[in-house]
Amino acid sequence: MNWIRKKIDKVKEPFQEGEKFEKFAPAVNALDTFLFVPKDTTKKGSHIRDAVDLKRTMITVVIALIPALIFGIWNAGYQHYTQLGEEFTFMDAFIHGAYKIVPMIIVSYAVGLGIEFAFAVKRGHEVNEGYLVTGLLIPMIMPVDIPLWMVAISVAFAVLIGKEAFGGTGMNILNPALTARAFAFFAYPTYMSGDKVWVSEATEMSSVSGETILGSLAAGKEVAYESASMFSGLIPGSISETSTLMILIGALVLIATKVGSWRIILSGFIGAAVMGLIFNALGSSVFSGNDLMNFPWYNHLIVGGLAFGVVFMATDPVSAAQTLKGKWIYGFLIGFFGIMIRIFNPAYPEGIMLAILLLNVFAPTIDHYVIQGNIKKRQKRLKVKTA
Amino acid sequence: MAIDIKVKRGLKLRLKGEAEKKKIQAPKSQTYAIIPDNFHSLIPKMLIKKEGTKVKAGEPLFYSKYNEETKVVSPVSGELKEIERGARRRILRIIIEADDTIDYVEHEVINPLDVDAGDLKAHIFEAGCGIFFKQRPYDIPVDANDTPKAIYVSAFNTTPIGADFEFILKGREEHFQTGINALTRLTAGKVYLGIDKTSKSFLHDIKNAELLKISGPHPAGNTGVQIQKTNPINKGEKVWTIRPEDVAILGELLSTGKFNAERTVAVCGSDAEDRAYYTTLIGAEINSIIEEVDTLKTRIISGDVFTGDWSHNGDHINFFNNEITLIPEGNQYRMFGWLPFKDNHIPSFSNTSLSRLSSKKKFEVNTSLNGEERALVVTGEMEKVMPMDILPMQLLKACMTGDIDKMENLGIYEVIPEDFACAEYVNTSKIEAQEVIRQGLDIMITEVG
Repeated sequence: MNWIRKKIDKVKEPFQEGEKFEKFAPAVNALDTFLFVPKDTTKKGSHIRDAVDLKRTMITVVIALIPALIFGIWNAGYQHYTQLGEEFTFMDAFIHGAYKIVPMIIVSYAVGLGIEFAFAVKRGHEVNEGYLVTGLLIPMIMPVDIPLWMVAISVAFAVLIGKEAFGGTGMNILNPALTARAFAFFAYPTYMSGDKVWVSEATEMSSVSGETILGSLAAGKEVAYESASMFSGLIPGSISETSTLMILIGALVLIATKVGSWRIILSGFIGAAVMGLIFNALGSSVFSGNDLMNFPWYNHLIVGGLAFGVVFMATDPVSAAQTLKGKWIYGFLIGFFGIMIRIFNPAYPEGIMLAILLLNVFAPTIDHYVIQGNIKKRQKRLKVKTA
Repeated sequence: MAIDIKVKRGLKLRLKGEAEKKKIQAPKSQTYAIIPDNFHSLIPKMLIKKEGTKVKAGEPLFYSKYNEETKVVSPVSGELKEIERGARRRILRIIIEADDTIDYVEHEVINPLDVDAGDLKAHIFEAGCGIFFKQRPYDIPVDANDTPKAIYVSAFNTTPIGADFEFILKGREEHFQTGINALTRLTAGKVYLGIDKTSKSFLHDIKNAELLKISGPHPAGNTGVQIQKTNPINKGEKVWTIRPEDVAILGELLSTGKFNAERTVAVCGSDAEDRAYYTTLIGAEINSIIEEVDTLKTRIISGDVFTGDWSHNGDHINFFNNEITLIPEGNQYRMFGWLPFKDNHIPSFSNTSLSRLSSKKKFEVNTSLNGEERALVVTGEMEKVMPMDILPMQLLKACMTGDIDKMENLGIYEVIPEDFACAEYVNTSKIEAQEVIRQGLDIMITEVG
């Protein structure tokens, strides 16, 4: 260990202050801090600090994503072989999925981190770890057959316009990963919706019916899957959004480590259930010809991107509401609007993406009212005193 | 009548190295120093200008430029050895070489409950006890012309391995009561005394003060929490706070006529060898109590781990501190230390470390930042250690941007840096929260006054 440290210190010499490549220090430091927690000590204020840092927090989210990712990789292969009616083993499915998805992850990290490093060098601050999560999230919410160049452009758009334009990590209004998906969704709709994009290489076969459940409901077709499949995730869809089970495992990791806000996750599901119940109760009596209204509320919770969105996207601390009360409201409204958009607007079966982006925009407003509550208490106290 | 205060939110942190409950007379320090920086925003004007002048214990050394009544007196008799100055002739330290026996300035003996309140106040400030008071808002020395709406004394120390006030005050009970009696004459309102609810000490029998029986984790013992739960500060109001050992010094001054600057200092921390309570005087040399240490390996803190000052061999103990804490320096690299559930010997308030599982284990914590400073990303963590009705992150951001209206609305008058020590400790982004609050308060001092 010591000799590695010495080697690194030697490599870092030209990047020290006053040396030739001083400007590139953030880039080198970012790589170095992945091997070693730096020896920085406290300078002002409290002399001791908690063991947790942003890197640990972000890695915990990545760990929480792994079950859904691995299942997504396998499911990509599973959908491919079953729809094509071919024989396959577990490993076949996994390898097929990995062949499709690993390059997407590599492209996402390469492009995203490249931009992050460039901005860190330009602005002279250290590289923030937020992209470790974003970079993995982006491929996980894309259709499996999306071309790599689209991934690259979406990532570039998300990082540049979604994040850096607002001042970098901690300042962005929208969740960068969802910004990437929304960009791809509106820029390349033919690659992002329909019945051919969700199963790998489905376009080459005419007989494949690779529609998502929400897609078929919106089109007024029968749903060919049981609730159990919807929960376990053996259905077509974006790469990692299908398995509610795996997502819930991730949610447990986030909640147990207190990295993700349980308030947002819980209230998100409650909001979705409430909206689902309302539409179930109304049934076709109000709007006819919309099968999504009669789709049982509990199924609404386990299909589409709702679970993934509520657990991994809505809980992004930067774009979510920051106050504790605000988090309850924010989560609830995401679930509530997510289902509403899903049902009312069959053109966008994935309402949850739009609902989260919408609430990202309104999160500061929600916070504003919570903060005003705190301020009003204080002003009232002052008034009582002076009166 | 006592008020019960139950604090729920806070930080339970068990550290190794509590001071043993035994009092030892510390060897006499060669020199004693008064450090003007210990009194934030005070600009000293020297009363004794010549180095080499003989001073008595209790003789004024300097006064505050803007509050002339506020005087700082010598803790010991001897020779004014040096007025150490820094850039632009700012006074850094006033060093006094101590005599073998202490020669005190003789003051009148006064029963605080019998005399005129104005005379009593003038007497207290003239004798050098006025500097013991701190004003909230802003955490600065008080103005003798103000009458605070209340005075708070917290005799319950909740900081990890903090010095036990009850033990320190043992043997000075009468002086403490006299001091409390004096405080009642200085305020228009009440004197509040925060005490540990679970203990059974003499503090429960103190008269003339509203007892606050406190239970709960740190920062429950901070006056900030106690003020907010009982009598919160509004705009334009002033509350004074004073530390319990200083109340005893004040009491002794009134009942004996001597300014006895006795300080009982707890030596604690995992790197300290003879952990005990040492009796000395205000401003003693650190090395009169502890041996010299290798400062590359050990950090000397004058004060506690949260709010103390980084000190070195040869420095003097700060004016208000009653602890010397020695903890290991954390200037080593840790390979893959950022992985969750690695290095569980470092405690974490988050659940990304197994340190949370053992409820009894005591930890040895070093000064490592355990990461690097980052943008504020994680939300909701500071709230968990903030028992006051304050939105910590929003207030910090208001201080960072210097937004006066927002700071005022979010309660800047109710907080001082130490109230944010826990938030600073748990913060994932390693923001220097106490420094940010200090800067925010300084903006308020210059802009609002």
